[in-house]
Amino acid sequence: MNEFAKHMIKTGRITKIVEEAPNIKTFELSIAMHAEPGQFVMAFLPQVGERPFALTQAGKKIAITVKKRGPFTEKLFSLKEGSFLGIRGPYGKGFSLQNVGKACLVAAGIGIAALIRLAEELAKEGASVTLIFACKSANEIIFKERLEKVASLHIATEDGSAGFKGDCIELLEKVLKKQSYDKLYCCGPEAMMVSVLKLCEKYAIDAEFAVERYMKCAVGLCGHCCLDEWLVCTDGPVFSKEQLLASKEFGRIYYSKSGKRMRFGGD
Amino acid sequence: MLAIELCGIKLKNPLILASGVLGLNKNNLLRAQKGGAGALTIKSISLEERFGHETPNVAFFEAGMLNAFGYCNPGLEEALREFADLSCFSVPVIASCTASNASDFVKLVSALDKLDFAAIELPLSCPHTPGHGLLAGQGTVEATKEIVKACRKKTKKPLWVKINASLPNAVDIALAAEQAGADAITCSNTLGPGMVINIASAKPVLAFKVGGVSGPAIRPIIVRTIYDLYKRLKIPIIALGGVLRGEHAIEMLMAGASAVGIATGIAIRGPDIFKKCCDEMSEWLKKHDYKSVTELIGVAHE
Ligand SMILES: Cc1cc2nc3c(=O)[nH]c(=O)nc-3n(C[C@H](O)[C@H](O)[C@H](O)COP(=O)(O)OP(=O)(O)OC[C@H]3O[C@@H](n4cnc5c(N)ncnc54)[C@H](O)[C@@H]3O)c2cc1C
Ligand SMILES: Cc1cc2nc3c(=O)[nH]c(=O)nc-3n(C[C@H](O)[C@H](O)[C@H](O)COP(=O)(O)O)c2cc1C
Repeated sequence: MNEFAKHMIKTGRITKIVEEAPNIKTFELSIAMHAEPGQFVMAFLPQVGERPFALTQAGKKIAITVKKRGPFTEKLFSLKEGSFLGIRGPYGKGFSLQNVGKACLVAAGIGIAALIRLAEELAKEGASVTLIFACKSANEIIFKERLEKVASLHIATEDGSAGFKGDCIELLEKVLKKQSYDKLYCCGPEAMMVSVLKLCEKYAIDAEFAVERYMKCAVGLCGHCCLDEWLVCTDGPVFSKEQLLASKEFGRIYYSKSGKRMRFGGD
Repeated sequence: MLAIELCGIKLKNPLILASGVLGLNKNNLLRAQKGGAGALTIKSISLEERFGHETPNVAFFEAGMLNAFGYCNPGLEEALREFADLSCFSVPVIASCTASNASDFVKLVSALDKLDFAAIELPLSCPHTPGHGLLAGQGTVEATKEIVKACRKKTKKPLWVKINASLPNAVDIALAAEQAGADAITCSNTLGPGMVINIASAKPVLAFKVGGVSGPAIRPIIVRTIYDLYKRLKIPIIALGGVLRGEHAIEMLMAGASAVGIATGIAIRGPDIFKKCCDEMSEWLKKHDYKSVTELIGVAHE
């Protein structure tokens, strides 16, 4: 019966809280878990809710890095060290790291949470890692020290308060013109990922993307997180360039809490 | 070898995608069709859009799971748009709808009747949504009769009534549905409701605190209920509850089911569970010299 027990909530306590940026905190937990970069967990706050998050640390103690957005993350932000937090997972399919000599990672905003362990893992495997990290402004750049250890870091800010002034697409195209890569990995807002996908097509680079959809069960039952016929929770959250190029819904359609079909950016 | 006919509907195999899983939209259903399901049931639709309960909507334990989604669904209007064209399906698609009273059920059935669904299922048995199923008092002989009678007048499609094996008078309720004009009984919805408490926080896991129990833990109760129903009913029975393998489906057929639904099993073996179970059933049938699954129906009674 292990197949059901593995989905039971693992009990943890918050062992450390790091304020990464005004609206971003990392919560380290007394839970041991192995997970591939790109996989995610469901975090559980009793009688508050359960939400999906990437792991920014795995092994003896896991960590999640969270941007404050709504009711669940607000409650999470009010917690202190020693507070209870439950976890189930890991879930989903992670990034594939095989045969990558030169990797280009592209993150925007909190999307870095899905890519930080990938950058470290790739470096450990001996790959050379270039990371393009785009934020609204300098105070949103997180994990700078960790990233500089494993990657050549290119920062873009919308307001120009650090690095390149502008969006990551412009910066990415500059980088791609100069240098070729075996593989590109990307996580960020969907509109940005759509643009990156187009560049990957233009420059013929193999690529993988971590996609976000409204998620409830995380085990492939409820169907809320569908992307075309795929389920983000079990077939994703990592999708290949080919899959997303074939997708009718990527960048266009998602499903609301009721399951209603919605358009990105309204009708 | 696996083909059956149920209420005049031809199925290439007796395994049906149960309502509520992979049934929110056509994308979901297509996935289950690829997984080999013999028929597909949509997530139960209500008149209005419903956002359902807060998460967690699922809670696991060693022998199964609880769910309390609270009938989240996009509502009838959206469903009529979504399912207007079912030509992408090579297997029958079954509608399911839920309401608080007979007059709302009638509105839903009348509307769904106009689409190309092969049958319409009425779940009068959800144990964890206020205003619906058992929590709306639909798990009684009287309510079942009233709702089924009213809906029967609005459709010529096969009408399936989904009951709950938790109820001590489940057989009487099924008989009432049959008398009121139901063409098949689906048994069972999730049992209970049950509760799982996270002992570290001393709080129930589910946001709604209680939820319907499904998976292997409930299978023996379902097998026994199917066995009891088979003795009394003339109409076919669709068994649901804890089927993870082809052998489990065979057990249900032997108890008296004509077809078998799968929900929770998808979380364990993926959407391809239907193909996997079909292979296991075929292998078993061959090994034991059966030519068709239909030979198995009710053999446990002989
Ligand atoms: C696979 C995956 C990995 C994620 N990893 C991270 C991460 O590492 N760090 C991080 O800060 N955020 C991550 N998210 C997003 C995070 O789950 C949402 O920010 C969080 O659920 C917001 O909850 P809330 O109650 O605070 O806000 P809400 O008011 O509920 O939501 C605000 C917005 O967040 C999104 N959202 C809400 N609930 C869900 C849900 N159940 N599933 C998916 N999206 C939802 C919706 O777009 C919504 O508009 C991830 C999402 C997915 C699907
Ligand atoms: C996640 C989930 C959602 C469900 N939603 C519905 C629903 O909307 N309508 C319904 O009639 N039954 C619903 N059910 C009940 C199933 O159709 C089925 O009767 C029950 O789960 C027992 O079968 P199983 O053990 O194979 O899961 C749901 C079950 C689960 C697990």
